[in-house]
Amino acid sequence: MNEPSHAVVSYRIFIAVWLLLLALTAVTVAVSRVHLGALNIWAALGIASLKSALVIFFFMHLKYEQRIFKIFLLITLVTLALFIGLTFFDVLYR
Amino acid sequence: MTQPTTANAASRGFLTEGGKYPGLLGWIFSTDHKRIGLLYMYSVLAFFLVGVTLGVIIRLELIAPGETIVSAQTYNALFTVHGVIMIFLFIIPGFPAIFGNLFLPIHIGANDVAFPRLNLFSWWLYMAAAALILISLFTGGGPPDTGWTFYVPFSAQTTTNVPLAAFGAFVLGFSSILTGINFVTTVHRLRAPGVYWGRLTLFVWSLYATAWVQILATPMLAITLVLLILERLLGAGLFDPGSGGDPIMFQHLFWIYSHPAVYIMVLPAMGIVSDIIPVFARKPVFGYWAIAFSSIGIASAGSLVWGHHMFVSGMSDMAILVFSLLTFIVAIPSAVKVFNWVATLYKGSISLDPPMLFALTFIFLFSIGGLTGLILGSAATDVHVHDTNFVVGHFHYVMFGGTGFAFFGAMHYWFPKIYGRMYHKKVATLAWGIMFTGFNILYFSMMILGLRGMPRRYYDYLPEYTDLNRVATVGSWILVAGLLLMFVNLIRGARHGAEAGGNPWGGLTLEWTLPSPPPAENFATIPVVDHGPYDYDRVSPPHE
Repeated sequence: MNEPSHAVVSYRIFIAVWLLLLALTAVTVAVSRVHLGALNIWAALGIASLKSALVIFFFMHLKYEQRIFKIFLLITLVTLALFIGLTFFDVLYR
Repeated sequence: MTQPTTANAASRGFLTEGGKYPGLLGWIFSTDHKRIGLLYMYSVLAFFLVGVTLGVIIRLELIAPGETIVSAQTYNALFTVHGVIMIFLFIIPGFPAIFGNLFLPIHIGANDVAFPRLNLFSWWLYMAAAALILISLFTGGGPPDTGWTFYVPFSAQTTTNVPLAAFGAFVLGFSSILTGINFVTTVHRLRAPGVYWGRLTLFVWSLYATAWVQILATPMLAITLVLLILERLLGAGLFDPGSGGDPIMFQHLFWIYSHPAVYIMVLPAMGIVSDIIPVFARKPVFGYWAIAFSSIGIASAGSLVWGHHMFVSGMSDMAILVFSLLTFIVAIPSAVKVFNWVATLYKGSISLDPPMLFALTFIFLFSIGGLTGLILGSAATDVHVHDTNFVVGHFHYVMFGGTGFAFFGAMHYWFPKIYGRMYHKKVATLAWGIMFTGFNILYFSMMILGLRGMPRRYYDYLPEYTDLNRVATVGSWILVAGLLLMFVNLIRGARHGAEAGGNPWGGLTLEWTLPSPPPAENFATIPVVDHGPYDYDRVSPPHE
């Protein structure tokens, strides 16, 4: 099997992603000071997910990998979401 | 390689050749998947015998009401350690780590797994974890007495050595995850030309599904046990309502791993049964894709049913409804397999050699175990039999009657391939008969006792339960007699058995194209496969 060739990513993209991550961190802090009730947790989790996605896709090169690795990651995340989601059938209805 | 390979023409394949070091070091530092498989086999079976011994002592205590041979505290430690050893050290690594390592690469025409060193490392992790668990028995406050489930709040309060035992199980989890990662990668990347997905053996399909469960569910166990250790050592208050924690959360976390874990145990067993039946019925397997996808179905649906262990724990009624429904859904792919096995047997040319007897026993005992599982899966009946001996009988039917007997079936099926010799078939059949009899006497009695109200994990009982408890204890002796006969027969066979030849059963899968035992590097040239693993209608078996 041939070794997959490694994509060369420019510094510009890395720096752009880094700045975006910093900006999202600022947004997380800002949102936490606004009272949105239950939406606060969704906002925090949503921003955190976006940041993880940026790290995984750009810094960890998933964007330039074969599709199967993206599918594997998706399976893993869906499983985790189901584990957490099903637990809420207990927590929310107690 | 340092040793000449041409010097001994009568070399016994991987058993004698290969490895950088001589003697024992050549085994414990070998990256050959077959040697690692055998390392696992010897270590896992050693722990199995320890587990059996503890089980026999438990049964002996229950031969009469009141204290007979052990105290209440010792009894608590006995069933805890019996459970921990049997679950974490025997049955979870049993199939994937032993037979998966031995035969998965060969089944797909590869010379090894994708990460051979990681594979060896996972065995070392297994041994390190086993050592931790053994040390936990003799240090600190003595052997844990929580049951293998480590439920809080008791596990956070008992003075016994829970943290070390839990840490041992934590390390074992890593061993299991590494095996899973290795197998998924191997199946995706190392299939020989012609081995496309529709030509994988059903054993490989089941290992593939199992490997995903190992990867996705095992981290949950690791997290749970770390939280438990934090709770004990730092008083984190995660599961303590007084500090804002939630004890039921522990049960969720624990069962999110430990229920899928039963599919880690039983799926590969189903895989080997799917492989044995066509060989001894001389027929193509009925419903290849149905069996293959039911493995994936069981792995997926089975990962979402953990709540059925918690119907009486104080979980919400909504959750009970949802988990009960999901539990019934798992029965569908399980039944798909059973019907397809029976349909494969239909009008087959059946030979009742020992591996086939064990495979058929799997179907019978697993069906009883599965159907009694539905009694436990429906919330209304579960309330009555929860935490009784019925549960103990049920899961021994699934785990021992199912996975255990399939494990022995796999041992008898692949024995001539691994050692190049054949055991005494009549003795093997006799041992099977004795075990089958003892098994049913032992565990069926326990199910009746449970229905009549005898709780599990009690070392004492009311006088009206005496008769059936005696019957069960006698059953345990018969079962052990069969086990001993089987092991003696296999050990004698490995040493003095007649030469088995390359393909004693007439199998079509790739391991039967190799000499027995297989050479250190499985295939001199990577094979090109032009038929499916069960095409008895158009291919005749090699070396027959």
